[in-house]
Amino acid sequence: MVVVAIAVIWEAGKALFALPSYQLPHLHEIVADFLREGAGGERWLWIMAQNAGYTALESIVGFTLGGVAGLALAIGFAHSRWLERGLLPYVVASQTVPILAIAPMVVVWLGTSWFSKAVIAAYLTFFPVTVNMSRGLRAVDPDALALMRALAASSQQIFFKLRFPAALPYLFTAMRISATASVIGAIVGELPVGSRFGMGVVIINAAQYYNWRPANLWAAILVSAVIGILFYHAVAAAERRVVSWSRTAPAV
Amino acid sequence: MASPIIELDSVDKTFESRAGATEALRAVSLTIDAGEFVSVIGPSGCGKSTLLRIVGDLVEPSAGVVRVKGKSSQQARLDRDYGIVFQMPVLYDWRTVLENVQLPLELAGRPRLERQQRPHALLRLVGLDEFAAHYPWQLSGGMQQRVSIARALALNPSILLMDEPFGALDEMTRERLNQELLQICAETAATVLFVTHSIAEAVFLSSRIVVMSPRPGSIERVVPVDLPRPRVDKTRAHPRFFELVTTVRQSLREDRRQ
Repeated sequence: MVVVAIAVIWEAGKALFALPSYQLPHLHEIVADFLREGAGGERWLWIMAQNAGYTALESIVGFTLGGVAGLALAIGFAHSRWLERGLLPYVVASQTVPILAIAPMVVVWLGTSWFSKAVIAAYLTFFPVTVNMSRGLRAVDPDALALMRALAASSQQIFFKLRFPAALPYLFTAMRISATASVIGAIVGELPVGSRFGMGVVIINAAQYYNWRPANLWAAILVSAVIGILFYHAVAAAERRVVSWSRTAPAV
Repeated sequence: MASPIIELDSVDKTFESRAGATEALRAVSLTIDAGEFVSVIGPSGCGKSTLLRIVGDLVEPSAGVVRVKGKSSQQARLDRDYGIVFQMPVLYDWRTVLENVQLPLELAGRPRLERQQRPHALLRLVGLDEFAAHYPWQLSGGMQQRVSIARALALNPSILLMDEPFGALDEMTRERLNQELLQICAETAATVLFVTHSIAEAVFLSSRIVVMSPRPGSIERVVPVDLPRPRVDKTRAHPRFFELVTTVRQSLREDRRQ
């Protein structure tokens, strides 16, 4: 339904404002672009799929690295106000620096391999996890803590049997945000000169030949979006399994 | 015959905050014998919950001595002598009913067989064994509170601390749970310290009622309850029941005049 509506609005807008194809191509032109043969004789559908797979891999590794780092920071913050006061300003500052400025430096330091892209994806991933999770770890019902104390629970037991499970909904909210951000991070990481694979490279090339073949860039954008959407839904599906006891989980 | 299990000697509690000091309790002395059911009643903010939390070593007294089974309250807590029930059920959402009742046994590192069997026995005691696999949100408020009572009993504690456990329930559920609680206490022989703001509930349940004055809370009067046992629905229609309700109500009024 929504897809049909968007298609109608798309084509209606194009007709209404008499937009030429270099501003907004027909949808069928975008579809046709996937079937067109590239320079190597392979169809674009296959070229896109390979590059998308490459980017998805970087995103997954980056998402995992960033998630673990973000979680570690959140646990540190939740245990020590002192640590939080000392480090949080830098964590916040790290996110105000444009990722576009950082990406080339990381590529210079770590090379143009897939790993440097994963690190950039991790850089965008860890922040929502840290912020949400340190809040979640603290937002525990005082009576639930009093219960643990009355039962003479150790601090490890309090963490693993109360604080961590109670914070899981916060973690999943963060991971939904991080899932899409990690794809952005990976693509941005692929933009600097020297990269050879990934949707970032496809986008750069398509942008260079945009006047000649605008549908190619739109197709690349579409594929990039699909990676992010799939990733988001994978996290949401995991959330439904893990936090099935929660009454406040979103429908999608 | 009876031996003291909880002894409070001139306990004071003052909460310090940025807004200044609030004196919550002043010179509270109370001795509770093993097997007693003692209710604490008083106006809102009189420190009755604080008193319960001091006994349970969840709040430290500013002055005075607390002894539980001849030990410090901290030692009693570490020995897991307490079972606690709050006004809210405080069940863990991510655990099933059964797993919630298992929690104290897990924390205490009890053997696997006990961890598997005891929760079922406790859930049968509170009439909820068929809901063992449900999650807390699938249960009504009264049922959730019964689960939390089962959880409090898991380690067979010698002392049950109950902080307005039925305060959030409707009157009919409350009366039914009062009845059930007395049966449970008869079976477990636990000593109960019970905070409430319902006079009828205090009279129905208790062997003694401690009436507290408004802040700073101190013990205004101790009313022994000499109603016959077992206490049943008819007890609520007993002439002595009404006399005691009146006595407690008057004690509460006297505070207000001062």
